[in-house]
Amino acid sequence: MRHAMKPVSCLLAGLALALSLAACGERAPEPEVKRPAPPISARGNPAQEIDGMRRHVPVDVEITPLPMATVENFDRTRGRAYPMQPPTIPHSIDGYQVDLNSNRCMLCHARSAAASFQAPPVSVTHYMDRDDQFLAEVSPRRYFCVQCHVTQTDAQPLVANGFMDIDEVLRSERAQ
Amino acid sequence: MRAWRWLRDTARAFWRQFNRPATHLSLGFLTLGGFIAGIVFWGGFNTALEATNTETFCVSCHEMNDNVFEELKTTIHYSNRSGVRATCPDCHVPHDWTDKMGRKMQASKEVWGKIFRTIDTREKFLEHRLELAQHEWARLKANDSLECRNCHDYDSMDLTRQASRAAFVHRNYLATGEATCIDCHKGIAHRLPDMTGVPQGVQAGASLPSPH
Repeated sequence: MRHAMKPVSCLLAGLALALSLAACGERAPEPEVKRPAPPISARGNPAQEIDGMRRHVPVDVEITPLPMATVENFDRTRGRAYPMQPPTIPHSIDGYQVDLNSNRCMLCHARSAAASFQAPPVSVTHYMDRDDQFLAEVSPRRYFCVQCHVTQTDAQPLVANGFMDIDEVLRSERAQ
Repeated sequence: MRAWRWLRDTARAFWRQFNRPATHLSLGFLTLGGFIAGIVFWGGFNTALEATNTETFCVSCHEMNDNVFEELKTTIHYSNRSGVRATCPDCHVPHDWTDKMGRKMQASKEVWGKIFRTIDTREKFLEHRLELAQHEWARLKANDSLECRNCHDYDSMDLTRQASRAAFVHRNYLATGEATCIDCHKGIAHRLPDMTGVPQGVQAGASLPSPH
């Protein structure tokens, strides 16, 4: 009986020690992280709400932001949405450095590199200065690509676009 | 002549002392003591080496903390969807022991730079940036982007999961050995210096003899 008691008392002592040690350790409380509430809107689908900031929800109600739209990255040329539209960028450009020091876009889209990368070359007009003189490199006034060419996201369009290009207009007139 | 004689006498005295059998210490003490001292020194050396091989050590200098580390933070190698990230030594120190030792010896130049304040202001850093970057490009070009490939293995790249333009370039230039990672991915983790005249992209791959 005494032999049997020994391991039990050892175990008890160990437990007591562990408990007292656990009680001693004063740990900083973990910061409370709240789960975000689902996006809301006063008028139905929050993604279709034109008032993107408050979505017509009263100011005393907390609003959670909508999920961020992802940049389309499928490398397929899009059609133009209006005449003379600068072509949109069909891929993500995260971390592309375009500044005084370097132009990441021109790594592939420069006319000299376009063939090896199978990238659409920049139009020759981008190599012309304002006196229509051709330069060896892209003209400084055309240097900052994303001033005109932009990426597109998968966000829902808030306003419908009824644009028809001239061919379509002519075709519909001819059909009448 | 005098100095030579002094040197010779000192060397001889040292050798005599060194070569003499121990009179008071036991063989056991000497062998075991030597063994334990060996463990302590080797362990200490490796611990110190590993301590200098951490990001906290790198950014303890303001030169690194305020310039290159700040820039790293916005890139995919610091912040990304899965939370796996590269620290400074992952890219800047070779993983193999011999190469690591070589790089560490080279790094003594960086201690020199720290002491004599070669890049202790933003302006001085920008002035030297091209030269510093060129050292790293040359190193990565020479070892076929070894530090990239420690994580990014071409054989494990699923090209179908890449954007098609990336897959095209990787299949045509990386797989054939015509270009190595750093040729196209200069400035992947830090801002680029003035790149006028510095070949980038496939031109960079062709401009130097390929390691393959």
